Formats: sequence, structure tokens, C-alpha cells
Amino acid sequence: MAVIGAGPAGLVAVAVARQYGIETALLDEQPRAGGQIYRNIGAADEAMTAILGPEYAQGRDLLPSRDDPGRHDIFGASVWQITRDGGIYYSHESGASALTAEHIILATGAIERPMPIPGWTLPGVMTAGAGQTLLKNPGLLPQGKVVLAGSGPLLWLLAAQYGRAGVDIAALVETTPRANLHRAALKLPGLLREGELLRQGRALRRELKRLGPRHFKDARGLRAVGEEHVRALCFTVGGQEHEIPCDLLLLHMGVTPNVQFTRALDLPHDWDDVQRCWRPRSGPGGATEISNLRLAGDGAGIVGARAAALQGRLAALAVAGEMGEAVANAVAEAGNELSRRLAARPFLDRLFAPGAECLDPPDDTIVCRCEEVTAGGIRDLAARGCRDVNQLKALGRPGMGPCQGRMCGLTVAEVLARSLNLPIEDVDYFRLRWPAKPVSMHELAMFAEAEDA
Amino acid sequence: MPDTSDVIIVGGGLHGLSTAIHLAKAGLNTVVLEKDHPGRHASGVNAGGVRRLGRHLAEVPLSVAALEVWENIDDFVGDDCGFSACGQIQIAETEAELAQQAARVEELRTLGFEHERLIDQAALRQIVPALARHCVGAIWCPEDGAANPYRTTQAYFRTARSLGVRVELGAAVANIERAGADWQVRTVRDSFQAPVLVNTAGAWGHRVGRMIGDDAPVEPAAPMLMITERVEPFITPVLGAAGRKLSFKQYGNGTVMIGGGQRGRAVPERNIAETKLAGMGNSAATVKALFPQLGPVNVVRCWAGIEAIMPDVIPVIGPSKAAAGAYHAFGFSGHGFQLSPIVGRLLCELITEGKSSLPIEAFAIDRFDNVQSS
Ligand SMILES: Cc1cc2nc3c(=O)[nH]c(=O)nc-3n(C[C@H](O)[C@H](O)[C@H](O)COP(=O)(O)OP(=O)(O)OC[C@H]3O[C@@H](n4cnc5c(N)ncnc54)[C@H](O)[C@@H]3O)c2cc1C
Repeated sequence: MAVIGAGPAGLVAVAVARQYGIETALLDEQPRAGGQIYRNIGAADEAMTAILGPEYAQGRDLLPSRDDPGRHDIFGASVWQITRDGGIYYSHESGASALTAEHIILATGAIERPMPIPGWTLPGVMTAGAGQTLLKNPGLLPQGKVVLAGSGPLLWLLAAQYGRAGVDIAALVETTPRANLHRAALKLPGLLREGELLRQGRALRRELKRLGPRHFKDARGLRAVGEEHVRALCFTVGGQEHEIPCDLLLLHMGVTPNVQFTRALDLPHDWDDVQRCWRPRSGPGGATEISNLRLAGDGAGIVGARAAALQGRLAALAVAGEMGEAVANAVAEAGNELSRRLAARPFLDRLFAPGAECLDPPDDTIVCRCEEVTAGGIRDLAARGCRDVNQLKALGRPGMGPCQGRMCGLTVAEVLARSLNLPIEDVDYFRLRWPAKPVSMHELAMFAEAEDA
Repeated sequence: MPDTSDVIIVGGGLHGLSTAIHLAKAGLNTVVLEKDHPGRHASGVNAGGVRRLGRHLAEVPLSVAALEVWENIDDFVGDDCGFSACGQIQIAETEAELAQQAARVEELRTLGFEHERLIDQAALRQIVPALARHCVGAIWCPEDGAANPYRTTQAYFRTARSLGVRVELGAAVANIERAGADWQVRTVRDSFQAPVLVNTAGAWGHRVGRMIGDDAPVEPAAPMLMITERVEPFITPVLGAAGRKLSFKQYGNGTVMIGGGQRGRAVPERNIAETKLAGMGNSAATVKALFPQLGPVNVVRCWAGIEAIMPDVIPVIGPSKAAAGAYHAFGFSGHGFQLSPIVGRLLCELITEGKSSLPIEAFAIDRFDNVQSS
């Protein structure tokens, strides 16, 4: 079996597979295990763990405790193609390699939703995820004044972590509309079932109060300003203008499933109207339309680290079950725990539903960074008759750069759908192509084959 | 009540649209039925090569006439379609290849065509200084070039509509019958009727053909293309090779497109074409052999389009064999983009005057009478 992605879902999947004696390869493009949330966990010292907090430290439990000859961890491996018959192709420092697996579990996690506000392409503006990566690699702590803006749990967490590390947080600017809270309130019972999450949330709020950065809520009309480099974040709250000077601006608007592989494999996807993102379709145990391919973790729909680990467990159990192991009890147990862990999602999904900030940016805002296509450019093409994102891509080039629209795909679709006044399903999503990551000619040429005459 | 018109065209790729434009200009009321949208298939996703170089002798007169339209494509469809006469070059890597090229150029000359020129190593190095040093010469067509396929398709589409052609999208033709002297054509939603039917259904051409009793051995194939990250400009013409599958073109933005016949897997029933890694590998190996300096350059995207390939790699163009009042133009076998302005004109001539001004006998559908269809 092969598992792609060494976050909580992937790590647990491998551990469970090994319990059943299934020989397993684990691939991840990071140099170490941990995924986004537990990045670098194996190397973090006490001081670092104190800053990152108790949830981070939990990641330690997922690391293998001893050498295991049936387990092949391949780190620094950027997977760029998988095939329906189990082929996995990846680049490594020593070149390109391939392996074949009877079963594949895709645990490739989430990517941050871009937050294309005016000025977001200025140097000194980054995503909160990138800001957190700085923290997890020693010695990269930001200097100067930092502003955090947007919406979502990671924003709070990062504010607390930066606070603990002594970073100068000039402001925490939340865009979460008040209306979201009302919508979420209907789902409060679910949240109450997830006691641990609730406790964590409260503790974070208390800590933020104590750390005391300026905290703005329900902010609107965000703009990053500056010439060569970001100088300040401007926004309004209740009609009143604010301008907060900063040296680093970290933006965050939640995370969405990374659909690069599932799209390139041409699997069906469903639209999530609350979180406004596509989810690859999967069934129990992460099963997909391709019989030997399963999904686990945020890559199949945002669930958070604890639930992701349970999905990793369930996917590995399903594989073990197919191999004839008796797994029914373990499946039932993990399944129950998973539904408890997922109980809070409807609340969180509604509370942190993405706002107009990233769904309908002003005309002059760049949406596709690779090809420098603006929101206005997309609206022009819509007015000229473009009906879906693939026509748009062919005519206006958004999504044609090296990232193939991984960054801009959702925004492009939102802008187009809004200007045509169509449901998002109608404007579709970019057809993604292999390789899922750029690959050099040298590496590709390793897969040349003698041709039939 | 079925919708009635003078002509029904099945397939809204470039050939269907070009035919529609010519027919509309001739005053005929024309409907195009397209199951997806124009440019969804071969016409919108091809390499954009505008090439007379290396054509099958039967195609040469058409291709030469087509280039004359390309040179003023704005007059035809009100857009420059991204066309640039950057030249097309076909390199020889051995003396034997060069000798074959010399014979080819000579043969064309005796037929009265002078667009292909043989050049020696020194001239080749001047035109493509970045090329590997072992190459010995080339055929050079400086007036050939390349255009932007999607933009071209959209320009044809706009022009057809502005001339009053009705282009029905999402209109997959399921069934065609005789209704007196007319054809009755049914899509999932509607019914259309006209005395004249044109089949420009590309890789589905044989399927539509069978609906009126004609058969042809079409192989739906999936030629692949790949595109690199941006690199410094290093080559102007579109480059092919006598002894390899290659078509190589650097765009103004620095990206390089690599194609030339490596095939993926076509699944016409599902409307898709899948890439195959071995073919991508083969293309990369070819590129490295001819441009070793590109080894470290990244490929960022690879795709395939569904294209109809005929056993003799030239298209079917001309009247139906089985039925009066029906015409075909499909099976362009990987090089129909360049021919698109001219084939529509010839079909229009066949429909309105009963004869074509250029020789099309070689493209007759009955040439396959002894070949089994797949
Ligand atoms: C990757 C690739 C690279 C290429 N490179 C070049 C090049 O550099 N130079 C060059 O000259 N040529 C090139 N070609 C070839 C060129 O693209 C084609 O020959 C040309 O576009 C064919 O046009 P068409 O109109 O016949 O087919 P298409 O564009 O495929 O149009 C046929 C249309 O018919 C529709 N259709 C089919 N069945 C039905 C039905 N039952 N009802 C309704 N509609 C139907 C389809 O949806 C389709 O839109 C390339 C092709 C590919 C795939």
C-alpha cells in the first residue's frame, strides 16, 4: 500500500496498516513527517513546542516509535502523477522515481483559500499558513509589526502562537461577518457535543485577550497598501476607516481540500455551498470511484486534525478488510468517534464561511498571480461570452501558470459565476492536467519508452 | 414542428464553423449542431501549427490555398487569431534524412510548388542557433507559422453567428433520417430539417457517417501536447524533425509547447482524452536530444485532444457515398487546423455549384471500401 501525505490522516493510516502487517510506503514532499499542522514535529524542541501549544505537541504520538522494516518513509518526495492502476511518480533529490501500489490512500490535505484583496501581491503579504511555517522552522521569526487579517480558526491560533513567541502583533483583524454567527448558532448543539474543541476555542480566546493585540471584528473593504512593500492594512469597521501600519501582513480565509490529484484523475466532485469549495466524492473508508484509491483527511473535505486521523484509520482498516482481516469492530469504533468529532463541523463551517472579501474582489485586484489576470479581466471575458472556467482559461489564461490554478481556481469560478449570475456548478472547475507539479525534462525523459513501430 | 433550414452541419469545430461561414456568405440559411461547444475538442486544444511543410501531396494545393487565407485571416473572421508567420522548419539529423528531404523538395518543385526550401547546416544554425550541433540541414518554410487555436475557434464562432448562422450548443445529434427530400436530424431536445447535411464531427465523424449509411475507418486518437515554464527566448520558428515525432514552438511569453504525435488514450464515448506518461517521457527525451540545454526546464502541464486519424492520414472530404444531399469533412489526422479556412470553402462550392475548385478526389470516402472500420 502507498499513502501520500504525512499529516495526521496519512500517519495514522500507515500506523494502522502496519498493525495489520501491510507493507506500506509513505510519501510526502516535506523533509519530515507532520503535515501542515504538525510540521517538523519530530525536530521541535521544548521551547518551540511551548510556543506552538498543546495541540501541536499531540502530533508526537503519531510518529513511529521504532524502526520498522515494513514501513518505507520517503520524505522530500514530490508526487506529480498517479495513475488509475496504482502507479505513483515522484521527484526526489536524486531524480524521478516510480512505485506501484495495490492500494493508495490519498491524504494530501488542504490548501489555504486565497484571499485576493487589493494589494495582496505586495512583498510582505503572506498567507497565515506561510506565517505559521516560519514559526515551525527555527530562526525565521518575523521582525517588526505584524497584522493578521481574515477569518478562520488558524488565524486565532497563529495570533496566540505569535504572541507566545513574542512577535509584535499590531492587530488581529477579523472579517467574519456577524451574520455568520447567527447562521452558525443554529448548529450550536453539534459544537456542544465536541467538548474538547469548545474548550480549546475558549482557551484560545482567553489567551488572546491576555496577550492583548488590538482586535477588530466584522472588518470590511480590506486593502493592503504600500509601494515597494506592504506599509499598512486599511479597512472599515461599522463605516469607520482604519489604517494599521505593518511590516508583515498575514491573510487567512480558511482552507479548502487540495483537489489537484482527484481532479486530474477525473473523479467526481461535489460543491460545498457553505464552505464554497469542491469536495472529491468519497464513501465509507474514503472509497472513491477508483477501486484501489481511497481518500482521508482534509483532502476529502475539511474536517480538522483529529477527524483526519480517524479517517486515516478508517481508510487503512478498509484496506485491511479487503485483504481479509476482521476489522468490523475497529471500524465501528472509529466510525463512532469520527461522527462525534465531526459534530462541530456544521457550526464551524458556517461561522467561518468565506466572506465577500475573497469571493468578489474589486476589478483591479489580481486573481491569478501566475498569469496576472485581474477580477476585472475575468468580468470582461464573461461579458464577451465566456460561460465556464475552462473557456475562460483558454481565452484569458487564468490557471495556465505553473500552479495550474491551484491558487486561483475557486476565486476565478466565483467571480465568473457572479458576473454571469449562474450557479457555480455551471461554470465548473479547471480541468487539471498532469503533471500535478512541475517536472523537469530530465526527470520526464526517464519514463521514455521504446515505441512500437 | 422541426426547425427548418437550408443546411444542417453536425459538428461545430473549425471545419463545421468554416463551412457555415462560407454557406452563410453564399446566402444559405445554416444551422450548426454542436454537442459541446466550439473549441471543446481538437479545434480548440491543438498545437496551432499553420504548416504547409511536409504535407501529403494530395493536401498540398489545399494547404497552399489555406495559407493565403491565414495571411489575411482578419478579413475572413475579423480577428488575427494570434497568427504569426514565424516560419516552420523540419530538421534533418543525418545525411540520409537530408537526402530524403532533398528528394521531397524536388518532387514538389516538379509539381509546381516552391514553398519548401532545402537549407544547409550553416543556414540552419543561423535560423536556430540553439539547436544541437549534429543536425545537418533542414526544409524551411519561412511563410508558415502558428496561431492560437482557441482564439481562432472563437473568432470563427463569432463570425458564423454574426452572419446569421444558428449554432446550437449542447446539441448532440442522436439520429438522422430521411423525411421526403429532406434530412431530419434529432438531438436530445429538438428536431431539425434541411435538404442538405454536412458531417464535420471530427473524431465522431464515422459515427455520424453511419447514421446516413456511410462508413469510414476512423481511429479516434489522442495526440498529446506539453508546455514548459517560461524560459528566455531562444527559438522563433516552429520546429519539427524528419526522423522524430516532434513539433516544438516557443511562445512570446517564453513557454515552450512540445508536441508532434505522441499519443495518449482517447475515450470518445466519455468525451475525454487521457495523457500517457510514456509519451510525455518520449517527448522529453526528444527535446533533450535536440536541445540539451532544456534538460533542467520544467514541464508544467500536459494535455491531449481527441482527433480522428485515418489509415492513410489524410481526411475524408466530399459528397456522401450512400446518400444524395450529404457531405463529409472529417478525419484530419492531426493536421486539420491549418486547412480550416479552405475546406469550408470547398464544401460550400460542392453544395452550391456541385464541384470543387481544388482537387479533392484523393479524399473520397469510398477509398476505404475494402477496409474494415473499427
Ligand atoms: C493535440 C493536437 C495537436 C494538433 N496540432 C495541430 C497543428 O499544429 N496543426 C494543424 O493543422 N492541426 C493540428 N491538429 C489537428 C486539428 O486540431 C484538427 O485536425 C482540427 O481541429 C479538426 O477540426 P474538426 O472541426 O474536424 O474537429 P473538432 O474540432 O473535433 O470538431 C468536431 C466537433 O464535432 C462535434 N460532434 C461530434 N459528434 C457530434 C454529434 N453527434 N452531434 C453534435 N456534435 C458532434 C464535437 O463535439 C466537436 O466539437 C492537432 C490536434 C490535436 C488533438
